[in-house]
Amino acid sequence: MTNQRDNENPDRRGFLKCMAWAGAGTLLMMKGGVLHARVLGLDAGTEAKDATFSFAQISDSHIGFHFAPNPDPASTLRGALAQVDALPVRPDFLLHTGDLTHLSRPDQFDTLAGLMQESRAGKGKAFYVPGEHDVIGDNGAEFFRRFGERQQPGGWYSFDHRGVHFVGLINVLALKAGGLGFLGNEQLAWLKKDLAPLSAETPVLVFAHMPMWALYPAWGWGTDDSVEAMGYLRRFGSVSVLNGHIHQIQQKVEGNITFYTARSTAYPQPAPGVGPAPGPLKTVVPDRLHSYLGIRSVRHVQGKDALAITEGVMA
Amino acid sequence: MNRLACAACLLSTLAAWTPPHAAASSRVPAEKSNQIEIRNFMFTPKTLTVPVGAKVVWINRDEEPHTVVSANGQFAPSKALDSNDSYVATFGKPGTYVYYCTVHPFMTGTIVVK
Repeated sequence: MTNQRDNENPDRRGFLKCMAWAGAGTLLMMKGGVLHARVLGLDAGTEAKDATFSFAQISDSHIGFHFAPNPDPASTLRGALAQVDALPVRPDFLLHTGDLTHLSRPDQFDTLAGLMQESRAGKGKAFYVPGEHDVIGDNGAEFFRRFGERQQPGGWYSFDHRGVHFVGLINVLALKAGGLGFLGNEQLAWLKKDLAPLSAETPVLVFAHMPMWALYPAWGWGTDDSVEAMGYLRRFGSVSVLNGHIHQIQQKVEGNITFYTARSTAYPQPAPGVGPAPGPLKTVVPDRLHSYLGIRSVRHVQGKDALAITEGVMA
Repeated sequence: MNRLACAACLLSTLAAWTPPHAAASSRVPAEKSNQIEIRNFMFTPKTLTVPVGAKVVWINRDEEPHTVVSANGQFAPSKALDSNDSYVATFGKPGTYVYYCTVHPFMTGTIVVK
């Protein structure tokens, strides 16, 4: 097991810091469960041409947040979507990994939906999973009514796209006092059944809002029963797990499973354990905010047993 | 006209009730100590002991929304509390009430009613 959390690996930390502050795009490629990073614009472009398809991930837009360091998350989401629209290769679809809104209010969902309609990528096919900010007070009823895939009563779903099996999991409901993110037995039973007919060669991409590994449990950054889910995924040759929630890039490789957390389009949060609590990083200088925000694009290269993951900052 | 008269009547009734109300508000300082601050993703104090019938006030000092929800449905849940929003619950029966924030379930607190 390799742990590439940036606060535990000095090289990785230095690299990510540089990336976040300098605003350089990076291509992350997974080959046989090992992550390779290349700076965009060097050799990365040629590999992008091999892609059979690509998709983009955005996360944590927190529409309705109105404090430092970003009193206007609608405009930064608009910027992120424009960045997706400007990608040299048009992504097949968009993935939003949750916390669309800050307080689950209908007007906040309206704003989000309106901004998506302004963008070519947002107007196209988009897949969503809720964050804990999207399910406050109604267990996600409003979220699922507007953005749900309606495959399963619990809101989780899967689909196949050009040979890759995608699974959208819900880990922000029925949370227990003192606990972390939670999948629950019903969802785990479904996942086991959903994966059962797939051959081990099928690339699998799982996405959920909260980290699917114990990233920093003291701040709630993890999912109580993610180990069971990972147990079902271990037999596959290539598994990528995307999530949001922590508003910064962190990676971890565990056998053939690689975990990636995404930046927010609204505001950054502190590195794990830095400061008294999670929450918006208020000390960001306004003109540096964009270098902490971003989008992610993922390309699938046929026959290469790998997904190439590119981080784009909004600077 | 009748409605106005009625309103006036109500107002005067309310006015007439001012003395007992004033008496009640004189107890406010005692109730103020039943305040729980939510700051840095923590309920402070984490455990609060109050007499039967006490009103407890939670106030969110974070820029993140929080909720106050009984772990086993013993009292009514709050809505999402934005910054500086507050929530009040009255505890009529003795017991131990464990609650948490459903947005950040690692945040827990306890009200002991004696």
